[in-house]
Amino acid sequence: MARGMAGKGFGMPGEVPGWVNYALLPLLNLLAAFVLSGLVILVIGENPLDVLALMVTEAVGYPEAIGYTLYYTTSYIFTGLAVAVAFHCGLFNIGGEGQAYMGGLGAGLVGLAMTGWPWPVVAVAAVLVSALFGAAWAWIPGWLQARRGSHIVITTIMFNFIAASIMTYLLVDVLIKPGQQSPETREFDPGTWLPSMDRALGWIGIEVAPSPLNLSFAWALACCALFYLFLWRTRWGYEIRTVGQNERAAVYAGISPSRNIVLAMLISGALAGFVGVNEILGVQHRLLLNFTGGVGFVGIAVALMGRNHPLGIILAALLFGMLAQGGGQVSFEYPTVNRELVMVIQGLVILFAGALENLFKPQVEALFRRPPKKNEGTRNEGRA
Amino acid sequence: MPDTPTTAPTPPALETRGVNKWFGANHANRDVSLAVPKGTIHGVIGENGAGKSTIMSIVYGYLPADSGAILVDGRPVAVKSPRDALAAGVGMVHQHFMLVDPFTVLENVLLGAEGGVTLAAGMERARAELVRLARDYGLEVDLDRPVGELPVGAQQRVEILKALYRGADILILDEPTGVLTPQETDHLFRILRALREQGKTIVIITHKLREIMELTDNVTVMRRGEVVANVRTAETSKEQLAELMVGRKVLLRVEKAPARPGPVVLEVSGLTVRDGSGVERVKGVGFSVRAGEIVGIAGVSGNGQSELLEALAGMRPVAGGSVRLRGEELADRPGLFNAKALRGLRVGHVPEDRQKVGLITSFEARENAILGHHDDQAYNGRVLMDRAAVLSRCEAEMEAYDVRPRDARLRAANFSGGNQQKIVLAREIERNPDLLLVGQPTRGVDIGAIEFIHKRLVRLRDEGKAILLVSVELDEIVSLSDRILVMFDGRLMGEVAPQDADERRMGLMMAGVEAAT
Repeated sequence: MARGMAGKGFGMPGEVPGWVNYALLPLLNLLAAFVLSGLVILVIGENPLDVLALMVTEAVGYPEAIGYTLYYTTSYIFTGLAVAVAFHCGLFNIGGEGQAYMGGLGAGLVGLAMTGWPWPVVAVAAVLVSALFGAAWAWIPGWLQARRGSHIVITTIMFNFIAASIMTYLLVDVLIKPGQQSPETREFDPGTWLPSMDRALGWIGIEVAPSPLNLSFAWALACCALFYLFLWRTRWGYEIRTVGQNERAAVYAGISPSRNIVLAMLISGALAGFVGVNEILGVQHRLLLNFTGGVGFVGIAVALMGRNHPLGIILAALLFGMLAQGGGQVSFEYPTVNRELVMVIQGLVILFAGALENLFKPQVEALFRRPPKKNEGTRNEGRA
Repeated sequence: MPDTPTTAPTPPALETRGVNKWFGANHANRDVSLAVPKGTIHGVIGENGAGKSTIMSIVYGYLPADSGAILVDGRPVAVKSPRDALAAGVGMVHQHFMLVDPFTVLENVLLGAEGGVTLAAGMERARAELVRLARDYGLEVDLDRPVGELPVGAQQRVEILKALYRGADILILDEPTGVLTPQETDHLFRILRALREQGKTIVIITHKLREIMELTDNVTVMRRGEVVANVRTAETSKEQLAELMVGRKVLLRVEKAPARPGPVVLEVSGLTVRDGSGVERVKGVGFSVRAGEIVGIAGVSGNGQSELLEALAGMRPVAGGSVRLRGEELADRPGLFNAKALRGLRVGHVPEDRQKVGLITSFEARENAILGHHDDQAYNGRVLMDRAAVLSRCEAEMEAYDVRPRDARLRAANFSGGNQQKIVLAREIERNPDLLLVGQPTRGVDIGAIEFIHKRLVRLRDEGKAILLVSVELDEIVSLSDRILVMFDGRLMGEVAPQDADERRMGLMMAGVEAAT
């Protein structure tokens, strides 16, 4: 052990235990965000501790609340992974919103078309088609980036707007259930619905409170595992990471940056598209407008906070799930703490976890870095 | 004045006392104390990572010291920024010039020292002053030419003028000869000597022993962040300095038997290569490399060698000409002439820039050990990669090349330059290439590793492999190569046998003045 430590001497930016970076710093950032949020709540005349207590209770305090929290978490995992895979290829995909929207269209079309089929078949079809729709929507910006150098940030955000327009057109003029004002499709055949978690667990004799949480949560967790295996254990993941870290080295190694940019965007879009399975096939059971509600953008924060690693993404998605659920309920109880204020809190979390990520880093690292003793060679094994 | 002994009553022009600097756990400067007598040329020498650039960055105000003091003319000064350093009379000429290419020389000198609301008055004052400086020190440059049009040597003179114009009495030069031809180096040394005659104090940071011996009055040798010796140049030798730098005896010469060339492996003719913006960088080059020989391409950096090497490695398209590998034409066959396929054709490539091209510094050593070979069956199952195979491959290579620390899971960024280069070399050489393309194999590499790398390349040659070597270090080219080609402005000026490669002749060829007979 001692040898191993000594061996890491050269040029290491400090010998700081790993958990400082992966656990302590994010927690400190979170704490800072909550302290500032508390001040804001204090200013508008409520007791921040009461609000926080209510928020936590409403997020994880009773079974139904947990179900709701995990339902939000599911979508955030999908979009968080979507943003992360693009990040690993050096791309900033902020089009998760549009890709999720398109994935929902895919899942919706499956739901409408497969009346009478058993739900497992419908679920598999919906996963495939929503992935296809999401991937297709991400493919165009990816291709434009790879071939034409059109900046992915610009194109993906434009594609969010295009996706919104297309959905509005389809729901208002094409897919709308005849004879109603609201731009929605008809409800799918209940036999095709993706079973909710309470139903599914009921089959094996476990009773849980009813909530929108459905089987796509299991699929989200599976995606995390697949994500890890793909990126770190396959040659294709190796290529994507190489392109993302160092494009010149990729060219040197005979790895095509453009092919991998397109591949990463396809995967990214597919992951975002799974939001549609959760929302449309699992909860709404019909296609409607604006069901994504910003999950694509929350995914950016989730990926940032989760350090683009599936474990981190699960934890960050859980946090944002709690904020969404708990915060939503708080606004019912405290009229002054309205939805906008909840978004302020979310924003502060994003600010501290993302933009100000390194705020406490130097001080905390200095605290944990043991200064080597004087005259003791930090590394005497350079050249024997 | 130049021979003022260090014990003279006048305080040293520049002195550091017990300066310490940490980068994380790395003690980059450990109680660094050195004194530069007024009116002398002082060399600071050491291997990469010895801390010589760090101490000078502290003196010039780029880095804050963790402890210690800096004294100018015996008075302690607080240097918090380069502005403070300049105010104290310390100027610096960087390895990479800090010039605005489209601006004229005069405008560059004036930048940041305009001296008034309107430019006109300052311009006139500056012009008069610069003409005087140029006359006094032999710093001739056309004041009205855009800097981008000047040769590198002249750009460096502009940097020196900038420092002098700002009133620098102490001039620090960081690796000033890296980009110069031998003739330009001579010119620079003449200027520095003239500056010394006028009472200026010069500090030159370098890793080239020859320059230290030729130019300096005193030398400070650094090793692993510490000053290991302060000696008078006249009382030391290259061998002694090298030993001080490394901490043990080193072999400065490469020992090798005469080459026994076999069949031609690589044959290039009329090769033309354009860079990203369509400018022709290689202009109809032709040569061949045989099995069992090292062909060196000498030249000042930026004369098309990099583009030539990258084109041959399949990293850049060729615009014209023929490239034959073992007799097989590649130039018009994109299916074969790309980085990936060439690896299959047993061509190894050690790129010039290991940090930006040869390695992914954020990846672990074991991931770097398979860069370019990650598709090989040896490392892959049906879907997942065989991590045990990758790890054992990396560990075997680290063992064979004595990479330290021997930790396959350490990120490449955390290895020293020499060890990084060994990781790249091991990856390329251990796959037994017929042709090895090598760029700057020892740039930024410590002397101990240089010795190892040179020996390994000679051994590869003796095993009957063809090696094409590109280097801007003339000494390296001359001592390693069996045949030397000199490149200037995208063309080959001619071929020289290493025993005929005297510095003057090589210098003229590298400057494009003279072709080989």
